[in-house]
Amino acid sequence: MSQRQVLQVFEQYQKARTQFVQMVAELATRPQNIETLQNAGVMSLLRPLLLDVVPTIQQTAALALGRLANYNDDLAEAVVKGDILPQLVYSLAEQNRFYKKAAAFVLRAVGKHSPQLAQAIVDCGALDTLVICLEDFDPGVKEAAAWALGYIARHNAELSQAVVDAGAAPLLVLCIQEPEIALKRIAASALSDISKHSPELAQTVVDAGAIAHLAQMILNPDSKLKRQVLSALSQIAKHSVDLAEMVVEAEIFPVVLTCLKDKDEYVKKNASTLIREIAKHTPELSQLIVNAGGVAAMIDCIGSCKGNIRLPGIMMLGYVAAHSENLAMAVIISKGVPQLSICLSEEPEDHIKAAAAWAIGQIGRHTPEHARAVAVTNTLPVLLSLYMSTESSEDLQVKSKKAIKNILQKCTYLPALEPFLYDAPPNILKHVVGQFSKVLPHDSKARRLFVTSGGLKKVQEIKAEPGSLLQEYINSINNCYPEEIVRYYSPGYSDTLLQRVDSYQPLTK
Amino acid sequence: MATLARLQARSMFVAQQYYFRNSVVDLFRKKEYDAAVKIQSWFRGCQVRAYIRNLHRITTVIQKWWRSYLGRQEYRLIVKFASCAMKMNFYNAMAVRIQRRWRGYRIRKYCFNYFYLKEYLRAVSETNDAIREALEEFAEMKEREEKKADLEREEKKRDYQARKMHYLLSTKQIPGVYNSPFRKDPDPWELRLQKAKPLTSQRSKAKPKPCISLSDWLACTSARSFPQSEILPPIDRKQCQGPFRDITEVLEQRYKPLEPTLRVAEPIDELKVARGEFRRQEWMRNVNDNMFLPFSSYHKNKKYIPLMNSSSKYGPNSYGSQHFRDENPKKWICDKDFQTVLPSFDLFSKYGKLYSKAGQII
Repeated sequence: MSQRQVLQVFEQYQKARTQFVQMVAELATRPQNIETLQNAGVMSLLRPLLLDVVPTIQQTAALALGRLANYNDDLAEAVVKGDILPQLVYSLAEQNRFYKKAAAFVLRAVGKHSPQLAQAIVDCGALDTLVICLEDFDPGVKEAAAWALGYIARHNAELSQAVVDAGAAPLLVLCIQEPEIALKRIAASALSDISKHSPELAQTVVDAGAIAHLAQMILNPDSKLKRQVLSALSQIAKHSVDLAEMVVEAEIFPVVLTCLKDKDEYVKKNASTLIREIAKHTPELSQLIVNAGGVAAMIDCIGSCKGNIRLPGIMMLGYVAAHSENLAMAVIISKGVPQLSICLSEEPEDHIKAAAAWAIGQIGRHTPEHARAVAVTNTLPVLLSLYMSTESSEDLQVKSKKAIKNILQKCTYLPALEPFLYDAPPNILKHVVGQFSKVLPHDSKARRLFVTSGGLKKVQEIKAEPGSLLQEYINSINNCYPEEIVRYYSPGYSDTLLQRVDSYQPLTK
Repeated sequence: MATLARLQARSMFVAQQYYFRNSVVDLFRKKEYDAAVKIQSWFRGCQVRAYIRNLHRITTVIQKWWRSYLGRQEYRLIVKFASCAMKMNFYNAMAVRIQRRWRGYRIRKYCFNYFYLKEYLRAVSETNDAIREALEEFAEMKEREEKKADLEREEKKRDYQARKMHYLLSTKQIPGVYNSPFRKDPDPWELRLQKAKPLTSQRSKAKPKPCISLSDWLACTSARSFPQSEILPPIDRKQCQGPFRDITEVLEQRYKPLEPTLRVAEPIDELKVARGEFRRQEWMRNVNDNMFLPFSSYHKNKKYIPLMNSSSKYGPNSYGSQHFRDENPKKWICDKDFQTVLPSFDLFSKYGKLYSKAGQII
């Protein structure tokens, strides 16, 4: 046998292996093939190929594994159970960049499914090697490693603490400063995932100097990067006043307001979330946002989008208005109430309506002036109908009831209150009548109007239990009028009159 | 004696008298005694009563004065307290008045200043307008930029199209499809075609596949990954037709690693480098950079005995300490001698790695 014939055997074997691995990797891209592949026992076949002599085959095998593990958590679990991870982690440190990329991809695909799987990766000691990969020269490797770390840190506080303990935070901050957009994006996302769990973790990220670099990238033209950057900042700011102040000190205002005008919906949403997280902490921070014109920009932003993207903006208005009456006034003069009432009537989903109802309640609860500003936009009937509607969720009902109550207790704008006399349920009617009883004794014009518009008649028809609060209110209204008027409008007065006619004996001689 | 006799005569009388008188006295004695007691008791009673009355009067006077003193003292105290309380009430009322004014003034000035609030709200609404305008402008600018980029892209595409369809340009003799003779003006495409440069048919550039192609597997093999044979034949090549050499041999020739000649491979200052390396290794193994000095002072008293070579009275000889070969500085053309380097033998290093003219490997 010649040398050539011998070599041909090897050649064929290698060719077959390559082809197999490439085909599997390609098949794994389509979800419909995956079950078949799984049933055919692809895991046990790919595992030895990870140890192949030819690096290409190793890489492609890792790629195929990653794609399979990416598909669902059963396959990811199969990867963990097949003891493939230690091999991957070992070679992650040893091999060339293509292999590192593929191995990090597998780790990411496994770790993304559940905290248990991510914990399995951490137990293999993958974090240290992934952190070393963050120092690699190749941006692709860094990207893959940052991605995997982010997916591991995403699940819970312990896992992200483990990621931080491995020393990932400073390196991720370095990764943000790299020129490659994709790497920046993924590093920002990983930072966001790390800092979202607890104030301590967020503090670690801040200590690594992330905020300054993140704040610089708000103006980046790439919208996907902007999404991640804004999300990271909001995750940092959400924990405590100190962190929020640090984010504000990076001079993100008014730059971040331009993001509210962005084309990309998620940029808008994340920017609104960031502003909300800052505004919710203290009146001073809210004041800062108001002074920077953030409320107006936010109201415009709410007007320009739909659905869940509005939600953080609506909540932000509520938070700002809840802090103090001046801030609530600022929201009112920024024309926030009409926008919120549009949201309230337009949005199909209950949770957004509930948020809008809550925000309106926060705006209107401070002084009669605030309540009046809310009442003139004709929002109260909408709130009432939401409260009365059987289709609304329980949360929405509770929120709208609270909002109505808060506003009614301050409202002295009688034209808006009047319709409530006719169609409000007793628990709300109590507050309406209470407001009338407070206003009418001091306002003669209103007294007159109250009679002519039929309010007094309606009040007489209300059946209140004697001794109840409602009865007291009714009595104090009645005391504002002469007795004849009150009796005239009492139900059944015509009958009594007729009876008197019947019983009257004219004096005839 | 007469007297005696008289006396004796009278003695009877006297005795009688005496008896009589005594009996009379006895008769009244009790009465008188009682009377005397009565008188005395009355008198004494009067006397004592007078005395007691006197005492009482005196006591009353004393008590009157003492009580009045105490009473006055107490009264003064009460008056003092009362006046104090009155004053305090007055002062408090005044303080409340002052504080009321001041607090009202302060809170109206600094906290709930209506005009300030109005001003603030006006400023906020102004800022809002400004921000709205600025954001509008920003969005418009963005849109314009995008539109511009779109237009540019479109233009580029059309340009490329024109370059591709350049053959449709009309010539002097034959009007092209865009230049209908029946129309007054040629189609705008005609003008574009005139401006465009014709696209030369490009050779399809055989770009190497980015990373995972089998052709570059040798380049990315690292020596430490897994045990592997020296050369694995690539398997995605077909045997070419014709009088060609066996493909494995050609590839072996092509992908053989760089084999520099000995002169290139081995630096001439290897010894120095090696020494440096050795020193570095030594330094790395050291626990402490400082030299360990002996504890005893014996070495201080040791007498230094110079080398015979350097202590000669003719001066030190550099041979053997600085150079080991004969030096002739007169022949140098620069300030240093050339280093002697032995040439390598080409024949040895290239043996078996070249083709001969007949095509055999020698």
